[in-house]
Amino acid sequence: MLKATNVTKSFGKLKVLKGVSAAVSRGEVVAIIGSSGSGKSTFLRCLNYLEKVDGGSVTIDGESLVSTDAQGKACYAQKEQLRRICLKMGMVFQNYHLFPHMNVLRNITEAQVHVLGRSKTQAAEYGAELLTKVGLSDKAQQYPYQLSGGQCQRVAIARALALDPELLCFDEPTSALDPQITQEVLAVIRQLAGEHRTMIVVTHEMRFALEVADRVIFMEDGVIAEEGTSQEMLGSGRSERIRRFMGE
Amino acid sequence: MRYFNDGEAFLKLIKLLTGGLGNTLLIFAWTIVLALPLGLIVALGRMSRRRIVREPVRFYILIMRGTPLILQIFAVHFLLPILMKFLGTNLPFLSFLLAIRPNRVNSTIIAFVINYAAYFAEIYRGGIMAMERGQYEAAQVLGFSRAQTFVRIILPQVIKRILLPISNEVITLVKDTALATVIAVAEMFRSATNEASRTGSIEPLIIAGVFYLIMNTIITWLFDVLIRKFDYYKV
Repeated sequence: MLKATNVTKSFGKLKVLKGVSAAVSRGEVVAIIGSSGSGKSTFLRCLNYLEKVDGGSVTIDGESLVSTDAQGKACYAQKEQLRRICLKMGMVFQNYHLFPHMNVLRNITEAQVHVLGRSKTQAAEYGAELLTKVGLSDKAQQYPYQLSGGQCQRVAIARALALDPELLCFDEPTSALDPQITQEVLAVIRQLAGEHRTMIVVTHEMRFALEVADRVIFMEDGVIAEEGTSQEMLGSGRSERIRRFMGE
Repeated sequence: MRYFNDGEAFLKLIKLLTGGLGNTLLIFAWTIVLALPLGLIVALGRMSRRRIVREPVRFYILIMRGTPLILQIFAVHFLLPILMKFLGTNLPFLSFLLAIRPNRVNSTIIAFVINYAAYFAEIYRGGIMAMERGQYEAAQVLGFSRAQTFVRIILPQVIKRILLPISNEVITLVKDTALATVIAVAEMFRSATNEASRTGSIEPLIIAGVFYLIMNTIITWLFDVLIRKFDYYKV
């Protein structure tokens, strides 16, 4: 489904990614963990073109988003192909980034209508369905400022789902939320995992990662330090390094 | 008290000032209609990634904001005909310029439009730069094109944020129309000063002041309504 090879990325002199390779197969849930500054969010953002890689390659569903030529220069796909590839991926941000001037339903229908070309009725029906799915069917006409953080994040998930992405990315979806509210968002992600959606979740929630992810990638200092099934990585047999990271 | 206690003289004065009001409103209306959209284009040029676009626009804004409007009115009035004649004679496809004779009102409107577009542009730019990056990123991952992102997501939010500073400029514009008097445009302030110097009374100027105040009261009220209209959401 997704294959990233030897991805490198620097911000100025700071090398954030020092050659990261990872693969995600269809229906798999992969959690990326690691301390702040380990490059995990940057890696995720490189996968859906929110950041441009310096080198390496990313292939999604057999289509090349970026590849590196013989001179080591990263070459991105043409504009139209780029857009098509990126539409295969949905993204949920830490700070939701809902559109504040649109009500909840319109946040979910806007791209369906103006990007995918669905009819307004079709988009609204699907939007209502997704709102029910995330448990917010009564909030369709509200504006984002009227919702709690957890509700905003669930709307953001519905908004991403509305375009039927093949791969859903979460960038620390609960880091801006209170602990009690975190659960309502995690419940939605758990439900999506149950539907065997392909997902990559950058998270700090270790117990959640253990429970929901098939595989866990532990990043440290711009590289993948450890990788394995969630049981191997976070179960009782976890490594000394993971224990240290978890503050044990 | 030449006018205030003489009903007939007072009515004559009001008539005289409303006569000049036509040009005042003409300058005001055209400046709003032309400078608001032009300002947006200037703002986009100022933020262009291309230096060749950005730098000349930066220079243009510097000149417009850095020199007195009164000087710009003179400059347009006296230099524009020369420039038009030069272009019309030397560039065949611009020869139609030779047939146009800009009058004083047109010169004033041009000066106001290019001046106010620069101020509006900086207000737009401030509003656009205040948008958080997340809005662009969310739009990008949802597949919106750059144009769609600007029109559907950025601009509506920018408008809400800039209404107040724009209202400031619009109110200033009402009062600035008085500057057209320097190239002898027959607008309200000129009518008032003429009458004042003819009769040696300050009352016409006071009445002119009341006229400006009434116009700006209406504008303030209009902007209040507009701002309330955008109050349906908060950021």
